Amino acid sequence: MERERILKIRDLRISFKTDAGTVQAIRGVDFDLYQGETIAIVGESGSGKSVTTKAIMGILASNGQIDSGSIEYVWHDENTGERQERDIVKMSKDDIQKIIRGRKIAMVFQDPMTSLNPTMTIGKQIMEPMMYHYGKTKEEAYARAIELLQEVGITDAQKRMKNYPHQLSGGMRQRVVIAIALSCDPYVLICDEPTTALDVTIQAKILELIKELQVKKNISVIYITHDLGVVAKVADYVNVMYAGKIVEKGTIDDIFYDPRHPYTWGLLSSMPDLDTDDDELYTIPGSPPNLAHEVTGDAFAPRNQFALNIDLRVDPPMFDVPGSDSHQVASWLMHEKAPKVDMPESLKKRILKMKKEGLKNE
Amino acid sequence: MNKEPILVVKDLKQHFKVNRKFTVKAVDGISFEIYPGETYGLVGESGSGKSTTGRSIIRLYEPTAGNIVFNGEDISGKMSKKALKNLRTNMQMIFQDPMACLNPRKKVLDIIGEGLDIHKSYSSLEERNEKIYEMLELVGLSREHASRYPHQFSGGQRQRIGIARALVMNPDLIIADEAISALDVSIQAQVVNLMKKIQKETNIAYLFIAHDLSMVKYISDRIGVLHLGHLVETGTAEEIFNNPLHPYTKSLLSAIPHPNPQVEKTRKSLTYNYSESGLDYEAGKQHKITETHYVLATDDELKDFLSHQNDMI
Repeated sequence: MERERILKIRDLRISFKTDAGTVQAIRGVDFDLYQGETIAIVGESGSGKSVTTKAIMGILASNGQIDSGSIEYVWHDENTGERQERDIVKMSKDDIQKIIRGRKIAMVFQDPMTSLNPTMTIGKQIMEPMMYHYGKTKEEAYARAIELLQEVGITDAQKRMKNYPHQLSGGMRQRVVIAIALSCDPYVLICDEPTTALDVTIQAKILELIKELQVKKNISVIYITHDLGVVAKVADYVNVMYAGKIVEKGTIDDIFYDPRHPYTWGLLSSMPDLDTDDDELYTIPGSPPNLAHEVTGDAFAPRNQFALNIDLRVDPPMFDVPGSDSHQVASWLMHEKAPKVDMPESLKKRILKMKKEGLKNE
Repeated sequence: MNKEPILVVKDLKQHFKVNRKFTVKAVDGISFEIYPGETYGLVGESGSGKSTTGRSIIRLYEPTAGNIVFNGEDISGKMSKKALKNLRTNMQMIFQDPMACLNPRKKVLDIIGEGLDIHKSYSSLEERNEKIYEMLELVGLSREHASRYPHQFSGGQRQRIGIARALVMNPDLIIADEAISALDVSIQAQVVNLMKKIQKETNIAYLFIAHDLSMVKYISDRIGVLHLGHLVETGTAEEIFNNPLHPYTKSLLSAIPHPNPQVEKTRKSLTYNYSESGLDYEAGKQHKITETHYVLATDDELKDFLSHQNDMI
């Protein structure tokens, strides 16, 4: 099947004006999203993963501005089937609200308690976007809302329609948020840490639900998370972000079984899996850079034990990993003249073990 | 481990009266012990009573029933002056949110020194400050940080200040209530390493309350699984993870996402619902499986658990 590209982001740069000066939050991000696929954006807080998706939704904070780049959407008109292409960086706010947001692309936020309106019944909140975007009558919207609630696994849908958010548990609330997001049949769903506020048992249920709905409706999903376990469960492609740039991208197997960037090594090693019994966990030394200051060279260089001299002076471009058409790394270590550096021994062992477990499962 | 336990919790109950008709039984009869120099992990979903347990032990709440013996002294009822002093100096707590638990109007020097000031555990100002500087260095901060305010620090650094504040009293037991949940992955590892290092140096005991099971397994010697205010299973970390008996423990373990895509894509989590499971926590007794491994069940339930022992992946 031909993969259809529905979202194309090129050289996106975003800055925020603050009292402490201009913060370069996003410094040149490129990525593509294809129909029916899931990509995950991984990184520490402050790496710019939320800002990127907020830009895609057109809901940047008022002191933020897009300095350059493009965010292009491609879709087929639901009535005529005509192919449409729009760059939302160039669109007016009203147009984004009318054509894109909610309708083509929807978002599930981290904390379901703060993303739902506590003064409205959940039924009303699910019906609202359908009535606004598609001009459905109350009855049509009501019937569809009940269907949606059943789809997201809420029993007693009719009774639940009259409930207020505080009457539901955290997992239920997140299900309602997902129902609202799906109410206008978007083709892109952005999930911003959808399970961080939830318990592990409920987290697994919500992730399985999103996956199931994705297959059923053939939508594309962007996950933002710092939990690599979640990434392993849901994603097809992974983008690792650091200090406003994507430092490594590839398929899920590329990133987990053949990581190339020292930061990805650090992320993978610092998380204990269930068999870790080393005396000490690996840590990435230091803390992320302050983006209010100009960054020269590779932003990760000060924390990178493998940093080369050139890292301190010139920002590395994206290098293609030889033999792979999906895997790209922004690190001078990938340059043909760079000294050969291997990943830490302990990580190597762990990857070997993971591969073995994977084989057992097949 | 034939030493005297440092903390013995026996049949602890903590009920909250909401109104005349309704009482929340947040913790409903749990018992466990903690030995010097070990880490006991408490896990469970939100609302299972794990934080309440920690707060009852350090007497932020008045326990409804049961005994808590700390360092050989009963601290569950009305305490003598001596017992109170023992509790307030030798047991300390690290809180979840490093942003909220530090007084924003105080300098780090005074935040860490507050306990020393209250208990007058120094003879001169120099001695006090010296102690504080030592603590700062122990947790990986420097002397110069003492004259700053909390807002000038990052999340990981603030959690270090919280740890220094707990350690400065030279306690025997620290209750860490979700102490690393609010931190980033790479910072979590730093704080956990720090806590382990301090444990090695001072032989301190931790009660580690968390919902991140992989971290709990990594840091704990023994683990207790809480559900609906009952301790459903307790044992060493290996026993809980390799040989879980209680269906709730199994469902918790099955829900942990592994950072291994090939395994993760095919795995389904187990469901567990107390009201549908037919189990009765009230009627259950603690059954001994091994010297350290206990599970809450009635006799019939236990048979059932044992027959399904090897069902897990």
